[in-house]
Amino acid sequence: MSRFVYADNAATTPVSPLVLEAMLPWFREGYGNASSIYSKGRESKAALDKARDSIAAIFNAKSNEIFFTSGGSEADNWAIRGAAINQAKRGKKHIITSKFEHHAVLHTVEALAKQGFEISYLEVNSDGLIKLEDVAAALREDTALVTIMYANNEIGTVAPIAEIGALCRSKGVLFHTDAVQATGHIAIDVKAQNIDLLSVSAHKLKGPKGVGLLYVRNGVRIENLIEGGAQERGRRAGTENIAGIVGFAKAIELAYEGLEEKNAKTLALRNRLIDEIGKIERSHLNGDREQRLPGNVNFSFEGIEGESLLLMLDMKGVCASSGSACTSGSLDPSHVLLSIGLSHETAHGSLRLTIDEETTDEDIDYILEILPPIVNRLREMSPLWERIIKGESL
Amino acid sequence: MAYSEKVMDHFANPRNVGEILDADGVGEVGNPQCGDIMKMYLKLDGERISDVKFKTFGCGAAIATSSMATEMVKGKTIEDALGLTNKAVMEALDGLPPVKVHCSVLAEQAIKSALADYYRKQGIDPTPIVGCLEEDCHGCGTGHCN
Repeated sequence: MSRFVYADNAATTPVSPLVLEAMLPWFREGYGNASSIYSKGRESKAALDKARDSIAAIFNAKSNEIFFTSGGSEADNWAIRGAAINQAKRGKKHIITSKFEHHAVLHTVEALAKQGFEISYLEVNSDGLIKLEDVAAALREDTALVTIMYANNEIGTVAPIAEIGALCRSKGVLFHTDAVQATGHIAIDVKAQNIDLLSVSAHKLKGPKGVGLLYVRNGVRIENLIEGGAQERGRRAGTENIAGIVGFAKAIELAYEGLEEKNAKTLALRNRLIDEIGKIERSHLNGDREQRLPGNVNFSFEGIEGESLLLMLDMKGVCASSGSACTSGSLDPSHVLLSIGLSHETAHGSLRLTIDEETTDEDIDYILEILPPIVNRLREMSPLWERIIKGESL
Repeated sequence: MAYSEKVMDHFANPRNVGEILDADGVGEVGNPQCGDIMKMYLKLDGERISDVKFKTFGCGAAIATSSMATEMVKGKTIEDALGLTNKAVMEALDGLPPVKVHCSVLAEQAIKSALADYYRKQGIDPTPIVGCLEEDCHGCGTGHCN
């Protein structure tokens, strides 16, 4: 039995048919520039406004707090740079983040560090959780910004966002969260959760690639990242991607429709994967089991290397991902897995499966049928596994 | 990053996997921190390599280069095996992505390391014959390698 199973939804997702349908009129007929005065332009402007209103409502934000971007990375770059540079005018040059943020955040704060900002990197515990007291302990008089991801892209662990938001608000410190992985899977209320800046990407929730947004709470000042025309109320230049934005709005709307039932279905499938994969000898679940996204499974298998595992899964039609260095083209294994205390060799042998409510029982059966023999096969040819089972030092 | 069909063939159907219990020479290179270890077993019949087996922990390229290297030395003389270069292994595989070149270096070193072990077992200092071996990982930047 051979089949195709897409289990890499944290990497990207297929555009849903309803999203595509909503987008199509905005390529050939509705091509007008939303800044143009004639009717074709005004139609685009109306579509843009409608998309913004519908997205704002989902996050309990105001429409004028939503700014469309080219994606999650731009939103993260803009939020962090824009807030940091504005806060620096008041002498605040300290940024708090965590060790396991996405590179869009980590590389941005690293760049700011070179420009004189001081960065505190919070430790993550072995379950992949951020502790509120660690955020509190790191806050200083000169803290400009706290940026903590909502849910981790590799191990799916979820941070106590509302608590961190309340803490930051009480101290008058800006709070940004990269919600690229969380959006569409967790209900987000920017007001109730005291979020000042929030990044979202469309393609992670069955929307198109190349579209994202930054929520900027009214009253929060951030410097522009992209200068040019007066689009997005003069704060983010560039002719609006109407088709993409319309698709984004449709995708978010669909993602939050029947969220509880969808999550319950995904969770049941995911728990089966975790229980069964956990039976493989010397396998370890990475990240807390409860405080994690419903579709995320991340395991390490001692004695094998992740890229080989992915190639063999691919030969059987299963798309997955790994924190192994070999899959990223870099030399080090995943900084996320290292941050939760995994050794280099264990981090190299990791597997991430990210499913959703469209994953079927048969897909799970198939993964569970082919995965153990692949792990065994790679272990049989692994001199590292030989050492592990003999109890030799590595 | 994409692998050639030859690399995928040697990864999917690796030749000469296993171990030789009464091997005349065994060599191991790489380390677990860097994500690849290659272990080679040689059986010699006079000057000729009559059998060769390998075990590898590593990525697709590590497994494929191990497999190709064993094919290239099997039945050959020690002199031929010592002349095996990582470049020859790469060429035989129709190339490797740039970040995977170190895997072919490991494969070359693993063969040499097994031959060095053979000489040591004969009471012969392998250095003048095999050369100086860096029995660690190449191109690994984790700082675990000296």
